[in-house]
Amino acid sequence: MKSLELVNIRKEYGDAVAVDDMNMTIRKGELVSLLGPSGCGKTTTLRMVAGFVAPSAGSVLIDGRDVTHRPPYERNTALVFQSYALFPHMSVAQNVAFGLEMRRMPRAEREAKSLEALRRVRLDHLAERYPRQLSGGQQQRVALARGLVLNPDVFLLDEPLSNLDAKLRAEVRSEIRGLQQALELTTLMVTHDQEEALTMSDGLVLMAGGRVRQSGSAQDLYERPADAFVADFVGRSNVLEGRVEGGSFRMKDGTALPGTAVPTARYYTLRPEKIALTSPDQGVPGTLREVLYLGAQTEYTVLLGTTPVTVIRATPGPDDTLARLRPGDPVGLRWNSADARLLDS
Amino acid sequence: MRLTSLIYRGTIVIAYTVMLLPVLLLVVTSFFRDAIIAFPPTGLSLEWYRNALTRDEFLSGFLVSVKVAAIATAIGVPTGTAAAMALVRSRLRFKAAITTFLLGPIIVPGIVAGIALYLSYLAVQNRLDMDIVGTLPGLIAAHVLLTIPWTVRVVISGLQGLDRSVEEAALNLGARPRAVFLRVTLPMMRPAIVAAAMFSFIQSFENLELTLLLVGPGMSTLPIAMMNYLEFQVDPTLAAVATLQIAVIAAMMLITDRYVKLSRIV
Repeated sequence: MKSLELVNIRKEYGDAVAVDDMNMTIRKGELVSLLGPSGCGKTTTLRMVAGFVAPSAGSVLIDGRDVTHRPPYERNTALVFQSYALFPHMSVAQNVAFGLEMRRMPRAEREAKSLEALRRVRLDHLAERYPRQLSGGQQQRVALARGLVLNPDVFLLDEPLSNLDAKLRAEVRSEIRGLQQALELTTLMVTHDQEEALTMSDGLVLMAGGRVRQSGSAQDLYERPADAFVADFVGRSNVLEGRVEGGSFRMKDGTALPGTAVPTARYYTLRPEKIALTSPDQGVPGTLREVLYLGAQTEYTVLLGTTPVTVIRATPGPDDTLARLRPGDPVGLRWNSADARLLDS
Repeated sequence: MRLTSLIYRGTIVIAYTVMLLPVLLLVVTSFFRDAIIAFPPTGLSLEWYRNALTRDEFLSGFLVSVKVAAIATAIGVPTGTAAAMALVRSRLRFKAAITTFLLGPIIVPGIVAGIALYLSYLAVQNRLDMDIVGTLPGLIAAHVLLTIPWTVRVVISGLQGLDRSVEEAALNLGARPRAVFLRVTLPMMRPAIVAAAMFSFIQSFENLELTLLLVGPGMSTLPIAMMNYLEFQVDPTLAAVATLQIAVIAAMMLITDRYVKLSRIV
């Protein structure tokens, strides 16, 4: 069942096109992430779903009902703002009960419901506090409770983790995902953080320049990027320019790489973790330029001809030959040609 | 680095000394016994306070000032707030020009504005054959002009600091625009409005220049009464009145500050 559907949505501001002919569907209980660099139109799309921005063309359907021309307060969506946007002059309990109050629910009932929602985010003991007395993570949980107490048709999350520190982020990530799955909330999340999108979503929509570049599962986007932009944006990728010539892919600097699967290809993309470092007589020869120790992993930059290529390997043990590599050493790079993706654009 | 911080601190100390020293002297001299101020005083007394509190012109001046300031604030703050909202929120044209116009009374010297008002009151008065100069409504109308620019200024800066997404959150949670305004926007603007009301009140309460030509017999404000007294007497009674006035205003600010942190607004 389709819970949220965007049909040929378009938004223009004067001459600028913010969102260009976008189509998207979220099934009931799914979490779909809108991913893309800033200015790609993802936030505009979210705001069109919430009703803050009127589309120039196209329609928004919630549970099959056309809400394109309905004001925000007549759509049963719940938006968790990036800044949380709690009401500073109301207690936590009043914040959470606000939506129910607007729906004219009797006091006793709405108090019980908001307490239950607060219990879900483990904040029932802070119900009488004011937002300014809470930490960033707690404020966010109030914002979540304020939305989910309404049992919304569509749950909207705008960069939900961007204001939290790194440690809290992982915790909140699984908490949000857990709530979303337990309550089977149809959710649209906007983020520029691909890790967030990959780990939390049932489906991803990657946008750039107001257009959808690719949509699908996390695996689809990571393993089978549609173009060089997607390959570069989702995870890390070596995007090498050149063209197929005489049985190999020849880079601009002349270096030949194995693989001719797409004769018209202009890009050769390769994930850093798919490349093995060997001795120079095996694989494609190059020169080690830089070694970055990242703890569990080590990142190597290798020059193939004049083109830098990033390789990521598990950090070698002290006896490993890799551990003795120094910048300037000759090395060889080897990879399974099935892991390389040749792309037209 | 140390030198700059030294100059910086020094400047602050000098500025505060220049501003506060006369006030301090005023408070001190109000307790001197001598009718003509001299150092050192021959003794201390509360005589001047007794004089200030028993003289009719000060009491009635105080009451007129409070009445005028309260009514002018009650008219100017809602009007100025509405104007500020329109200037920040609506797609009005000529916003900059309107803002400058509304702030005008702060920029024009009080005495100039006072004379201009006096002359226009006279002109209107002659046409309509009714008294305006020297009446309470005429004076209050003039003082509304003092309260509007302060309100517009304070409320505009309050509104600009207001996070719009909080109002959007209310809309999103099902509140209609009217409910958003009453339940979210207005309460969030409260600190700015309270500060605006307090500044407006003080502006009106202590105004001399604008008021000078507009008061009539039996309707002097406190600053006018003080100036009149000064024409014939130089004893420290005025110092006592001024000290009481400072105490009243300081109390007002302290009480306001308990509800709304003034340092956050100004």
